[in-house]
Amino acid sequence: MAEPDPGCAAVICRGVEKAFGTGDVRLQVLRGVDLEARYGELTFLLGPSGSGKTTLLSIIAGLLKHDRGSVTVLGRDLAKLHNGEAALFRLRNIGFVFQQFNLIPALTAAENAAVPLLAAGWKRKEAVAQARALLADLGMAHRADDLPNKLSGGEQQRVAFARALIQSPRLVICDEPTSALDGATGRHVMELLRKVALSPERAVLVVTHDFRILEFADRIAEISDGVIQKVSQGKEAA
Amino acid sequence: MKIGTESGLRFIAWQMLTGDRPKYFGLVLAIAFSTFLMSHQMSIFAGLLDRTRSQIRDVQDASVWVMDPKTQYVDEVRALSLQDLYFVRGVEGVQWAVPLLKGVARAKSADGTFRNSILMGVDDASLTGLPRKFLAGGWQALRNPKTVAIDRVGYQYFFGNGPYQTGQELELGPQVVRVGAVVDASPPFVNLPVVYARFSESLDMIGRERRQMSFILAKAQPGVSEQELCRRIEAATGLKALTSQAFGWDTIWYYIKNTGIPINFGITISIALMVGALVSGQTFSLFILENMKYFGALKAIGVTSIRIVGMIVMQALIVLAIGYSIGISLTALFFELTKDNLDLRGFRLLPEIMALAGGLIFVVVLAAAMLSVRRVVVADPAVVFRG
Repeated sequence: MAEPDPGCAAVICRGVEKAFGTGDVRLQVLRGVDLEARYGELTFLLGPSGSGKTTLLSIIAGLLKHDRGSVTVLGRDLAKLHNGEAALFRLRNIGFVFQQFNLIPALTAAENAAVPLLAAGWKRKEAVAQARALLADLGMAHRADDLPNKLSGGEQQRVAFARALIQSPRLVICDEPTSALDGATGRHVMELLRKVALSPERAVLVVTHDFRILEFADRIAEISDGVIQKVSQGKEAA
Repeated sequence: MKIGTESGLRFIAWQMLTGDRPKYFGLVLAIAFSTFLMSHQMSIFAGLLDRTRSQIRDVQDASVWVMDPKTQYVDEVRALSLQDLYFVRGVEGVQWAVPLLKGVARAKSADGTFRNSILMGVDDASLTGLPRKFLAGGWQALRNPKTVAIDRVGYQYFFGNGPYQTGQELELGPQVVRVGAVVDASPPFVNLPVVYARFSESLDMIGRERRQMSFILAKAQPGVSEQELCRRIEAATGLKALTSQAFGWDTIWYYIKNTGIPINFGITISIALMVGALVSGQTFSLFILENMKYFGALKAIGVTSIRIVGMIVMQALIVLAIGYSIGISLTALFFELTKDNLDLRGFRLLPEIMALAGGLIFVVVLAAAMLSVRRVVVADPAVVFRG
């Protein structure tokens, strides 16, 4: 894959539609979404519950197939990938930060951060060493051997960041990264995200309904009733 | 990237499994308990059925049993006549044929202790039917008049647990005889003493009937198969002739069809299987359910469903191997500890039962794992974005 031009779109959605169910129980969740997430930018997808954020995120991540429209992620049309190919694509190119962190309780912080490498076939020793180095960059060197239940919410989020970034993905998808954190911790986490995740070769897409963190966005797409209502520059919206 | 190298995922699967200690131990113990109960009850069942043919198995010299055509099993016989014995001896291919009496006689020791005993009257000349392992005395003792051999259970019942000795007196029916040997006979179905006497003398130890020969034991000439000899005897005499093995199985099947043993043991074994299946299945299911979001996260990260199935199967195989090993070891330990108990002798853990119990528990746990796997495979990976 060629080096991206900063400012180019890593994610391009055009007229994306998605419905669940059939007949009387058919629910049209996305009604023609147009969205771009660019390299070197922190793009926020902002909207209330039930607006279609999660569905759009799942489609961009290749976890869900859309009904109509096109979705191009890092230059690939995800609709054309088989499940196995999509999984491999995600493993190589996309880092995930989940709302509830989803750290495996039986693994230490370093082992959790190393999960994508382990899944990619790295030897455990090398993978964990790599994860330790990244955790050190995130200020978590002293907690690398702790289990998740010994970590605070902010610390767990940092481990989740490390897990998302460890393969140097070109797209990072964050689902409500601050919803489980208090205000101060949420701000600190977002500062960290900007610092460590943002680079000219990487696009970061953040789904949120937390207005407190809008100042960290480069671009904000507001979604409501399955349609992008407005796209604005981050500072402008904040 | 070295896709295909699964040691990393194996490590994660192992940690997920053993990290949840209560469920891990619960799973292992459920499988161990189920394996123990199944293998133990199956061993007792097999041992009991094996006991039904003890007297057949102890006759090692003859290979063909001849009996009344309506005989169903070894413990219920209609006596044959001396003429039947001569007829059998006259059948082409018979190397030799001897009589055998199997009856019940009341035995009483000098101190008044009495008990019904199985009386085996063996051929006077050849002593065919007498067990070959002697704990005291020897086969020569039965050459003496009014002398019998007694098995371990009988000896200990009448004469105590001390070292085996010979020379004690015993009343058998109206006769007073002397114990000339102690033999290691196979345990009978009902744990009664077994007494061996010469055929001619044994007739005087039970109530007189016109015909008292229970069986005729025959041996085939070299070059004549046992099955062929049976066929010839049946054709020539109208009697029923079976190989030792076939008669043993007929006896076992009689008990299976006509007693409540298989039903009762079948119920116990089924309960063990069901309890094991339910407990291990439910625990495994809960384990998977509680880890669903982590499997979902792995799927989202890029681990394919088939690799996750591999992780779950590995977890199932680990608890299966450990639980089965513990359960089967407990069963083996039980029979090792009780092997010298006269009431429990003959019961043992057979390799076939180890394999059967292993196969059953394997199917149960793997079925539970597959049901759980299905949940993970059909689970929408986007579930990880829904909190």
